[in-house]
Amino acid sequence: MTTLSPTARHLIDGFQRGLPLRPRPYAEMADRLGVDEETVLALLARLQAEGVVSRVGAVVEPHAAGWSTLAAMSVPPWALAQIADFVSAYPEVNHNYEREHRLNLWFVVTAPTPEAVRRVLDGIEYRVGVPVLDLPLEEAFRLDLGFALQWH
Amino acid sequence: MSPIDATDRRIVGATQAGLPFVPRPYHAVAEGLGLDPEEVMARLRRMLEAGIVRRIGAVPNHYALGWTANGMSVWDVDEGALPGLGPKVGALPFVSHCYRRPRRPPLWPYNLFAMVHGRDSGEVDAKVGEIAALLGSSARAHDVLVSTRILKKTGLRLARQEGAPA
Repeated sequence: MTTLSPTARHLIDGFQRGLPLRPRPYAEMADRLGVDEETVLALLARLQAEGVVSRVGAVVEPHAAGWSTLAAMSVPPWALAQIADFVSAYPEVNHNYEREHRLNLWFVVTAPTPEAVRRVLDGIEYRVGVPVLDLPLEEAFRLDLGFALQWH
Repeated sequence: MSPIDATDRRIVGATQAGLPFVPRPYHAVAEGLGLDPEEVMARLRRMLEAGIVRRIGAVPNHYALGWTANGMSVWDVDEGALPGLGPKVGALPFVSHCYRRPRRPPLWPYNLFAMVHGRDSGEVDAKVGEIAALLGSSARAHDVLVSTRILKKTGLRLARQEGAPA
């Protein structure tokens, strides 16, 4: 695992949300971390290059401008790779995982409307010949608001 | 949910892919889109307030930080107890996502999903045990689905507008 400097840890813990929407956000970040702006810029570039931080940017609410669902299928293990490739080829599919369960293929479908999501699920179900479980989010008890490192 | 227009979409698209590491990142984004920097910041502020943008900040990679094990724990929780218990599960520090989803009997009896992270599978199992203790007899059954392979993962992108080219 990557060893992080105290400044890097504070940056990751403190700035998963709330990046200032003002002209010099990294300078404000630097003030709070007790370093200068150049140090923050260099640190962010390094953390991104190392893959510790995938990006600094906006995280969008999935249902704000469209619809999404979590879908699951039970496919024969010998056909999984081929079916997974078929499913992944849909541009509406943005996550696709193999999981250890009778329902072994799990993916997220995102499209502008619930009907458009349904059409993708129906298309996959029809082409693969296996039922697709549609498990849309009904209530969030915790949103993806970042993840604490402090207790690590 | 307030609607967003084409300009909002362009701004979200540009900022979602990652802000540049330059002193004035919103100005750089505005320049790339041919917009006024103040308008870019104002629109982002509005989308943040409206809940369209959940957060703006660093998006860490759990794997690179040592959280190499995760399990999607799923629970069949009594409907009456779920409104009280769901937020408690969601508040646990090792849970990154916690959602109510519909049951699909007979294949799928679970209505609560909690994504649990740990450094190894033993730690994930222990955390799932903590959730089981918290839910007590309100959970009739549970399971933990471990991901064995990531087959596709792209950051969530704003859904294209209906009719827009792929």
